[in-house]
Amino acid sequence: MPTFATTVNGIAVTAEVDPRLLLVDFLRERLGLTGTHVGCDTSQCGACTVHLDGRAVKACAVLAVQAAGREVLTIEGIGSAEALHPMQAAFREHHGLQCGFCTPGMIMAGLDTVRRHGTELDAETVRAELEGNLCRCTGYHNIVAAVIDGAAAMGSAAFAPAAG
Amino acid sequence: MFTFSYHRPASVDDALALAAAEDEAKYLAGGQTLLPTLKQRLASPSDLVDLGDIAEMSGIRVEEDRVVVGAMTPHADVAASAAVRAAIPALADLAGRIGDPAVRNRGTIGGSVANNDPSADYPAACLGLGATILTTVREIPAEAFFQGLFETALAPAEMITAVSFPVPLRAAYEKFPNPASRYAMAGVLVAVTPAGVRVAVTGASQAGVFRWTEAEAALDAAFAPEALVGLALPAEDMIADIHGSGAYRAHLAGVMARRAVARLLG
Repeated sequence: MPTFATTVNGIAVTAEVDPRLLLVDFLRERLGLTGTHVGCDTSQCGACTVHLDGRAVKACAVLAVQAAGREVLTIEGIGSAEALHPMQAAFREHHGLQCGFCTPGMIMAGLDTVRRHGTELDAETVRAELEGNLCRCTGYHNIVAAVIDGAAAMGSAAFAPAAG
Repeated sequence: MFTFSYHRPASVDDALALAAAEDEAKYLAGGQTLLPTLKQRLASPSDLVDLGDIAEMSGIRVEEDRVVVGAMTPHADVAASAAVRAAIPALADLAGRIGDPAVRNRGTIGGSVANNDPSADYPAACLGLGATILTTVREIPAEAFFQGLFETALAPAEMITAVSFPVPLRAAYEKFPNPASRYAMAGVLVAVTPAGVRVAVTGASQAGVFRWTEAEAALDAAFAPEALVGLALPAEDMIADIHGSGAYRAHLAGVMARRAVARLLG
């Protein structure tokens, strides 16, 4: 089996993997990063959304070996229970989740939206940007509100992005 | 997935050599179709040659009267390109409506065009705008490239390196996406070019993307949505599945064509 080296949440990782191993399964089963979820496993639902070299991707449609030499960012890498990322805090504030299964993917997609559209977002933009992330509980209203406010908080002077 | 060996060459030449060395090798571009296909065991390549490290295959170049998009350029980059938006806004618009944001961050124009899914968006841009598909060995006009359902003019190890689009006078793309997959139930690109109007339809026909020549003639005579009223695509040639009948798609293609024309007049 090929050995590959990647960076996950700023930490260098070297592993021997079958080339068939999906990135999402590598993160969950080999690294124990179970915040990234497998929902549909068919690229539809977005529960497995992570960032690869800064861009949101569906980790069920990427091979682990494709992350070789690249940087992976998962929900575990953006904040902690003690110090939530502003986007996480906004989801809690707005009750932007019920069962929570889609939430990590929603947050990673929300951060990709901020990357491309900035921190001042309107509902129409957020709804269009969340097209590839499905929630079966909330009806999206609070999720949209959370992304808008989370983005705004990221734009405030109080938020300094963590290095790396 | 069935087992395969994985390679990630750093140059086009290395990729060609790797693909030529194996009977059942496949190029891996963005993987947004190929990987789901492998997961379903609908394909069993011996080797995957990942093109993701070949820098020269990615990027957008706008020349005087052409937009050249490198084969490994993701849809998101085409959609966000100010240069593309200025030269061929319909192309940026089309790219920004493929799949969803995460798919657009990975999926590439070369992968989409090589796959020639009958419901994919890019084939409509290629055929509607009269693009040339640039490969490692030749330049292929879109008309000769797309040869039916998932069929193209590509030889086994031949690789798309870029797609070159002539800048039209104006163009618009209208699409009715399947709400689950976002693939086109019918997508129509209407382009006004110095040589006349071109109309390309994707998502509808069992034979894949096609030029709707009757619509082109009607629009050449009178460029207005009303010129298309009464034209009918043959329902028996259209895709019929759980999402819609052939008659539904034939009708939908007409509606999308009229909307595209209306948008150009708007």
